[in-house]
Amino acid sequence: MKSSRPDARRNGLADPSGALSFARVTVSIIAVELSKLRRDPSELVTRSVQPALWLLVFGQVFGRLHAVPTGNVDYFTFLTPGILAQSVLFIAIFYGISVIWERDLGILQKLLASPAQRSALVLGKALSAGIRALAQGIIIYLLALAMHVPLNFSPLALVGVVAAILLGAALFSTFSLMVACVVKTRERFMGIGQVLTMPLFFASNAIYPITIMPEWLKLTAHLNPLTYEVDLLRTLMIRGGSSSFGVGTDLAVLSVTLLLLVLVTAKLYPSIIR
Amino acid sequence: MNDRNEPAIVTRELTKSYGRTLAVDRLSIEVPAGSIFGLLGPNGAGKSTVIRMLTTILPPSSGTALVAGHSITDDPVGVRKCMGYVSQMLSADGALTGYENLLLFARIYGVPKRERRSRIDEALGFMGLTEVAGNVVSSYSGGMIRRLEIAQTILHHPSVVFLDEPTIGLDPVARRHVWDKLRELRDSYRTTIFLTTHDMEEADELCDRIAIMQSGRMAVSGEPLELKKLAGTDSLDEVFIHFAGESGEKSATYREIIQTRRTAQRLG
Repeated sequence: MKSSRPDARRNGLADPSGALSFARVTVSIIAVELSKLRRDPSELVTRSVQPALWLLVFGQVFGRLHAVPTGNVDYFTFLTPGILAQSVLFIAIFYGISVIWERDLGILQKLLASPAQRSALVLGKALSAGIRALAQGIIIYLLALAMHVPLNFSPLALVGVVAAILLGAALFSTFSLMVACVVKTRERFMGIGQVLTMPLFFASNAIYPITIMPEWLKLTAHLNPLTYEVDLLRTLMIRGGSSSFGVGTDLAVLSVTLLLLVLVTAKLYPSIIR
Repeated sequence: MNDRNEPAIVTRELTKSYGRTLAVDRLSIEVPAGSIFGLLGPNGAGKSTVIRMLTTILPPSSGTALVAGHSITDDPVGVRKCMGYVSQMLSADGALTGYENLLLFARIYGVPKRERRSRIDEALGFMGLTEVAGNVVSSYSGGMIRRLEIAQTILHHPSVVFLDEPTIGLDPVARRHVWDKLRELRDSYRTTIFLTTHDMEEADELCDRIAIMQSGRMAVSGEPLELKKLAGTDSLDEVFIHFAGESGEKSATYREIIQTRRTAQRLG
């Protein structure tokens, strides 16, 4: 071993409370996720089966009915962004289990005993879910291309779609992390995850427009962040797509909800190991 | 930085209660800087609760403690900056390589970019893991994983390292290897090491001072030799039974037992 260093203890470590440290911790949590995905990408493939079924089976059959008023686009085109939003939701909503897993492994204890800001740990996790969701986005774009959906490939629209996917996945995965912090065990979490997913999906404009919903459901849909995610994707993904709420409103609703969820979850985070 | 002669850890009436049960009852201990301190006691005596309070992941119900001069209640971030923590469970990420595990913690602790490589190489070399740094951790032996976990906690050159049952489930050779590394850490970096253990041999051979806890209270503390004299025996096992009695066993929670067994199983 090299000679002892009497005061090698505090040498030049970055201040953990700064914005730079926040970004560094967030990025390093995402980097871990990327290394794992690179080593074992099989999950991305199996994950793509479900959206493919929704698009190719459900979309095809329902499109034939011509029963859903979808404005100036056909049903399949209407459905595509909805299914992307659904994939984002499904990936994100069970993401909280990873924190229960890391708690049981002891990884989380070590992270919480480090000077990393808790909100950075939460946001890092949330954006890791976003990375997985982006992979889904690519698969859905490929399917949509094959089905001749009129996709908007303008650079601004594509950047917008990437942002929408990251934002949506971060939002629902943070929600999921929050639930995990409250319920604490795998079994309870899986139960609650199942209960949450379908209502969020059906009480949104993912597979039918809000206009045909009964009044009570319309109200619920307006309170559902997934509705704004779908609206954002539908506006940006489809050529000539128009927004029901305005892109600005969609982005604002999603960002503010995400911010609130990150703050609440960062507060709750340490409680999962108690 | 705190003075050389100041104790590295001081607890003052440190207390944790869950409802009506007192897990830790007004514990007051001092750990000299640059020493290895062992906290002993039967299952459920409150050892892990003490370590979780000192590492700031569990707030005390009353009382406080200073770790490297920082208060765990008033300045938890200050404590986190200058200590490292190896939990009882296997906390290295099996899906990553040894190097990646270290890189994550170098970043989290804010080791500057230009120093990351050299600090990681230093920690790998110190723990004897240089050759396997590029392998995925799930291919490591139990002893290698433990050494990697210790490597993770020394990247930022902490003045205090906490280890919860550091050699549980390891075979005798791996166990001795970990002991050697902990001694080296004390001798070459003057790191203070605070560990919990059930293993009387570990306490006897490794620790400069020990404290025995029983039902949340401190039963006795001192150098191993002192305690043996006090109990009138030359076996630390006898010392343990003398001071801790045999009644603590029932209070370990189901979850704690599962975790201990799971760790032992994964290491073995």
